[in-house]
Amino acid sequence: MVTADWIYLVPLFPLMAFVVNLLWGARFLKNKAAWVSIVASVAACAVALPICVKVFGGARFSNEFVWLTIGSGTLRFGYLVDPLSASLLSMVTIVGTLIQIYAAGYMAGDPRFSRFFAYVSLFMFAMLTLTIANNFILFFMAWEIMGLCSYLLIGFYFEKTSAAKAGLKAFLTTRVGDVGFLIGMLTLFATLGTLDFSEINSLLTGTSQARLGINTSLLAISALCIFCGTIGKSAQFPLHVWLPDAMEGPTPVSALIHAATMVAAGVFLIARSFVIFMAVPGTMPVVTTIGCVTAFMAAFIALTQTDIKRILAYSTISQLGYMVTALGMQGLGAGTFHLITHAFFKALLFLGAGSVIHGTHVQDIRQMGGLFKKMPHTALTFIIASLALAGVPPLSGFWSKDEILLTAFASGHSLVFWTLLLTAFMTAFYMFRLVFMTFFGKARDPKVHAHESPALMTLPLWALAVGAILLGIPGSPMTHHWFQRFLAHAIHHPEYHPSTFVMTCSVVAAISGIALAGIIYSKNIRWAEAIAKTFRPLYQLSFNKFYFDEIYSKYIIRPFNAVGAIFFKFDASIIDGAVNGAGTGSLWIGAVKNWIDQHIVDGLVNFMGTFTRLLNSIVKRLQTGFVQNYLLIAFLSFLVFIIWELKLI
Amino acid sequence: MDLLQLAIKTGIYALMAGTLVFALGVVMLKNLFHAALSLAAVLIGTAILYLVFHAEFMAAVQILLYVGAVITVIIFAIMLTEHIAERSIIQRNKQSLPALLGVLALLVLIGKVLLKTPWPVNPSTLDARVSVSDLGVALMGTYVFPFEVISILLVGALIGAVVIARKDSRP
Amino acid sequence: MNLIPLNHILIFSLALFGIGIYGILTRRNIIGILISIELVLNAANINLIAFSKTTSLSPETGLVFALFVIAIAAITVAVGLAIVLALYRSRKTIFADEVHLLKW
Repeated sequence: MVTADWIYLVPLFPLMAFVVNLLWGARFLKNKAAWVSIVASVAACAVALPICVKVFGGARFSNEFVWLTIGSGTLRFGYLVDPLSASLLSMVTIVGTLIQIYAAGYMAGDPRFSRFFAYVSLFMFAMLTLTIANNFILFFMAWEIMGLCSYLLIGFYFEKTSAAKAGLKAFLTTRVGDVGFLIGMLTLFATLGTLDFSEINSLLTGTSQARLGINTSLLAISALCIFCGTIGKSAQFPLHVWLPDAMEGPTPVSALIHAATMVAAGVFLIARSFVIFMAVPGTMPVVTTIGCVTAFMAAFIALTQTDIKRILAYSTISQLGYMVTALGMQGLGAGTFHLITHAFFKALLFLGAGSVIHGTHVQDIRQMGGLFKKMPHTALTFIIASLALAGVPPLSGFWSKDEILLTAFASGHSLVFWTLLLTAFMTAFYMFRLVFMTFFGKARDPKVHAHESPALMTLPLWALAVGAILLGIPGSPMTHHWFQRFLAHAIHHPEYHPSTFVMTCSVVAAISGIALAGIIYSKNIRWAEAIAKTFRPLYQLSFNKFYFDEIYSKYIIRPFNAVGAIFFKFDASIIDGAVNGAGTGSLWIGAVKNWIDQHIVDGLVNFMGTFTRLLNSIVKRLQTGFVQNYLLIAFLSFLVFIIWELKLI
Repeated sequence: MDLLQLAIKTGIYALMAGTLVFALGVVMLKNLFHAALSLAAVLIGTAILYLVFHAEFMAAVQILLYVGAVITVIIFAIMLTEHIAERSIIQRNKQSLPALLGVLALLVLIGKVLLKTPWPVNPSTLDARVSVSDLGVALMGTYVFPFEVISILLVGALIGAVVIARKDSRP
Repeated sequence: MNLIPLNHILIFSLALFGIGIYGILTRRNIIGILISIELVLNAANINLIAFSKTTSLSPETGLVFALFVIAIAAITVAVGLAIVLALYRSRKTIFADEVHLLKW
């Protein structure tokens, strides 16, 4: 009944919701604007899921249409629903719908309610298009639209200077990555002659005959440049600085864009272009290194942060580092699996944090405490998600994180394995630091009066919690790694047998982290301050986020601004000077002409008059008024006449 | 006979000289009245010259019209407009020298031409004596047109003089 | 008539004519100019009479011409004196060089 071509409707429903909310939301819909977006999202879900189910059963769909023809080349847009995109599509639609339902409750009463949902719908449109895009160009277009929505939504409370600046910072930082992505795309086109995913796939996995003619160094460059896009969008080191500041946006935005979907798009990009990376294995270590460094560094910073959303932001960066590391070690199944599970529990964590903020109106965990009794639903779902993130079995996070650790161990990257293990310990620690400080113990700030959030907000929390619990199963050994095998049908990648050693290590890391956090933060918080004093330099490094913002500001932004100022001065003085000079020159010429006009031309005219007057002053004396003068003249003329005649005779 | 002719010739030459002297008096005398009287003398002298030419009618007309009427009118005008106190005013204007030179040049030139020209003297005319009746016939016969024109001219002049000299009696 | 050669008469009338011209050009008094005009006309008359009596084919032609000239002279004087009177009445002057309004 639902055929593959209906997939075009999936991004189209949110797009229509965007248009409706934008044009009529403010005046006519007001508080009902949320329903337009939610209905569109549910409709997209309803169309997407049956198709995804078919793909899960082994089908693959693709189609395209010609958008425009330039000369001999055509630009074609279309969809490609293969196992990878089907997984992501189902995740995006479900999580997106749940978050929008939550946001209807969270954003109630906001004066720009309908515009919020318009932007969210636009974002959903972009994300869904990206998921099913069949070539790099459409992918990049959707990528950019997502960047725009991110900017708009981070700066949603634009009256706050920090929010406006954060939006700009996010946009510009991801832009740096996007430039790399674009260069990578162009180099790829130059090397392979096509940007279509299926064609690239067939070119790079085909017979060696076709592959002989491909310039591998250019291909490596394009792969690395495409990876730049991921560094920007998925907040990897060194372009991670925008994600913590992006928490200025409303919490549903943080959940949807900066936890579950948009930041995952970077990982999805690597997954999509996996064949390119596999064709030039030399680029893989770069990916792995950056991912590993990111994971460790972000977890280290999260240990000392005090804003509830910042902790979650650094946690997101860290987990994205995990995914990128996995992909760098050719673990496509592991990385994608973690992406799907992370989306659910991270979204749940953010929504829970939003619920806490909504209830207590503070964001600093040092001001919270003992919220378990006052906000039971929130607390319970939050704890479930934290357990999943920490990697406690049998929740989903354990299975996906275990896969990554397994890939690291079994493929021989032992340094990576031990770093990731340490990071897992730190993850568990900081998450349960957060949990214990927020929900347990005594209320630290007497001014904070908490209350549970409305059902519109808590129901999505429970729905996501179910996902967080159960979604580990498809990738676990219990289903014989169905998910990884399912992905391997599209792209071949190594698989490893489960190792009990790895599993034990990860469980130990998780439990010890939770235990340590529990010991310190539920009863003996003074120990935390003591530890902080002892390791003061490390504490400072962690608390100040490795001074990244300060370094960037001093060594990159200020020189750029200086160069910009130089160019501005050049523009103002030389170019404007040229224009002004032209103006002054014209005035000069005008003055010269004026002089010529006044002195020469008018002089000529005046001279004519003067000359005539001169002649006149001579000739007028003839007219004396004396009749006798005239007679005399006549007489003398007569005489002259006679003389003339007579002499002639 | 010779003596008589000689005397007559001398007399005529003396007459001509006297007329010229009186003519000079006309143009040079400061007192206008004297000038007018000199004019009268000139006219009389001319009349006598006409008698020499056997043009008695002309002489009579000359005396009647010129000396009688014209001089009278001139004397009237002089009397009407004379400023008796201005006897010492120069009667020559600034251009007397060029005029003199011009006139002398004229005299010399035309005199030269005159003397060179062989005038065809017609002896029959010399002896002819024109009577008044001949004159009358000619006037009414051959020359009736100019006669009539002259009459119209006279009428016109009459009216014109009256109009010009009329006192402007508009209030 | 054969007493005096024609040339002498002609020179005489030429002299009279010249004197008359000199008077027209020189006299300041307007009436003086008028009487000089009379001299000129008279000189012309003498010429006419002289020629009619010596060289002409019909002797009365000159006489008639001279008659008309006398008439014209009379007219001239009449009108001229009328003008003089009018001028004297408006400008209180009879000198020609004081009547020069039509100048530059």
